[in-house]
Amino acid sequence: MTLARETLTLNMGPQHPSTHGVLRLVLELEGEVVVNCQPVIGYLHTGIEKEMENRTYHQNIALVDRIEYLSSYHEELAYCMAVEKLLGVEVPKRAQYIRVLLCELNRIASHLVWLGTTGIDLNVSSLLMYCFRDRERILELSEMVSGQRMMPGYFRIGGVAADLPEEFTPAVRRFLEEFPRRLDEYEAMLTDNLIWRRRHEGVAVLSREDALAYGVTGPTLRGSGIPYDVRKAFPYSSYEEFEFDVPTGEHGDAYDRYRVRMEEMRQSRRIVLQALDRLPDGPVLTADRKVALPPRAELVRSMEAVIHQFKLVSEGVHPPKGEVYAAVESPRGEKGYYIVSDGSNRPVRVRVRAPSFSNLQALPAMVRGGMLADVVVAIASIDIVLGDVDR
Amino acid sequence: MTTSLSPVQEFLAERLGEAVLETHGFRGDATVVVARERVVDALREVRDEPWRFEVLVDLTAWDRYPAEPRFEVVYHLLSLKRRERLRIKTRVPGHDPTAPSAVSVFAGANWFEREVWDLFGIRFQGHPNLTRILMPDDWEGHPLRRDFPLTEEPVEFHGHVPKVPSQIVPRVGPAREDP
Repeated sequence: MTLARETLTLNMGPQHPSTHGVLRLVLELEGEVVVNCQPVIGYLHTGIEKEMENRTYHQNIALVDRIEYLSSYHEELAYCMAVEKLLGVEVPKRAQYIRVLLCELNRIASHLVWLGTTGIDLNVSSLLMYCFRDRERILELSEMVSGQRMMPGYFRIGGVAADLPEEFTPAVRRFLEEFPRRLDEYEAMLTDNLIWRRRHEGVAVLSREDALAYGVTGPTLRGSGIPYDVRKAFPYSSYEEFEFDVPTGEHGDAYDRYRVRMEEMRQSRRIVLQALDRLPDGPVLTADRKVALPPRAELVRSMEAVIHQFKLVSEGVHPPKGEVYAAVESPRGEKGYYIVSDGSNRPVRVRVRAPSFSNLQALPAMVRGGMLADVVVAIASIDIVLGDVDR
Repeated sequence: MTTSLSPVQEFLAERLGEAVLETHGFRGDATVVVARERVVDALREVRDEPWRFEVLVDLTAWDRYPAEPRFEVVYHLLSLKRRERLRIKTRVPGHDPTAPSAVSVFAGANWFEREVWDLFGIRFQGHPNLTRILMPDDWEGHPLRRDFPLTEEPVEFHGHVPKVPSQIVPRVGPAREDP
C-alpha cells in the first residue's frame, strides 16, 4: 500500500514576526521540507518613485531617506551622487570625507540591527538589547550632526548641510574605542556557539551561479565567495583613499554571511578612524552658486547672492538633459539611482535600484529543499528591508 | 558630451549592425540603444565571453509621453571581470507596449519585468508569470505612466475628507471666540 504524496500550502506572513516587515511567503511543504517558496511583496509600496517625479531635485532628499530606512545616509549619498553626476559638480574633499564617515557609522548601525533581529529570530533575545544599546550611540552621533536620529536629511546636492559640530569627533572616538570589545563579546557568545552554528552552517546555501543570475549584491553575494564591493570596484566619494578589506565567505551559507557582516563592522570602524585622522579642512558645500545655497553672511552684502538664493529656493537646480546611473555600497548591497532629466527642475524618472529586491528574489533558491524552520534563518541572513523592496 | 566609444559598444555595433540604433556616453555611462527585436540577442552577446557582463543589475523603463516611441526599457549590466558597467536600452511604441522577455538570459529579470509590467504596462513576451508585483492585483492602470495622475486615495478612516494635495482643508466647527 502506498500513501498519496500530498503537499501542504502554508501562508507565512504578511504579519509574521520573523519576516522583518510586511512580507508574505507562500510555502509549499512536504512534511517539514520546503518544496517551493513564492514571496509575495508590495505591502509597503508607497509610490516614492512617482512622488519624486513631482518634486524638485532638492525636495527629493527628504523622500529617499524613507526607502531603505535603516541606512538613510547611503540612500542620500546615492541620490546626491546621481544628481551631482548629472550636473557635473565636484564635491569638496572635506564633504566627501564626512559622507564616508557617516555612511560607515550607518553601516555599523544597520548591521547591528541585523544582528539583533537575527538573534530574536533564533531565540537569543538578549542579543537585541545589546545591539540596540550600541546602535543607540550611533543614532546619537547622527543626531549630533543632523538633528535627527534616523532620516537625517543631512547630505545636500554638492556637499553636506553643515560642518561637523565640535563635540562630534571626540564622541565618535569614544564610541569606536569601546566598540571592538563589544563585537568581541558578541562573537564570543555566537561564533562558536553550538546552537548558533547548527542553525547557520549549511543552511540557506546560495551558489555563486545563482547569486550572479539573480543579481544578488552586498554581503549576501560576498558570502557566496564573490568579492564584489562597489566601494572597491567603482570607488566613489574618495573611497580609493581608504584602506579596508572586503571579507568573503566560501560556502554561501547563512554562517558565511554572518561572518562577512561581523567582519564588515570591524572594517567600517577602520574606515571611520582613517576618515577622522585625515579629515581635510575646507568647505563642506560646493561653491557653485547654481547648485548650492550661498552662505548666510553673503546674503547681506551681495545682491547676486540674494538672486541665487531666491532662484534655488523657488525653482531649484536645472540639470542638463540626460540620464545617469550612480551606485553606492549600502549595508544590503548595490544601491543605485537611475535619473532621467529633461532639463527642467524636476526629474522625469527616478529609478531606485533596490538591493533587497534582488536579494529577496534569490530567497526561493536558498530555501528550496530545506526545512521550514530554516526559512526564518534564510530571511534573517539576507537582511531585507521591506521598505527597500517595495519602495 | 559624447566621448569615444568603449570597446563593448563597438563590438555590439559591429555584431548587430543595423539593429544598433544609437550609441553614446553621457557622463561616462556607456549606452547602446538596440532595436526591440534584437535586444535579448544583445544581452546574450555581452553576457558571455569575452565580455562577461553577467550581472543584470537593474531593469527598468521610463515613459517619454507624449513623445513616440513612448517607452524606453533600460537594462543596466555589470561585468565583474572588466569592472565595467553597460547600459542597453530599447524603445517601445505606445500603441504596442510589448518587449521580449530577458528571463531566458538572466533569471533575475523575472521580478524586474513584473515590476515594469505593473507600473508601466509593458508586456514582456515569453515571461513565465507576468503578474502585478507591487500594486494590488485588482488595480486599474499603470501608475508610473506620465499620464497617470498623482492623486490622493480615499481611505476608510472616520472623519477623513479626501482632498486634492494642493488644496487647503477648510476648518470644521465654529471658530473659537476670544475671551
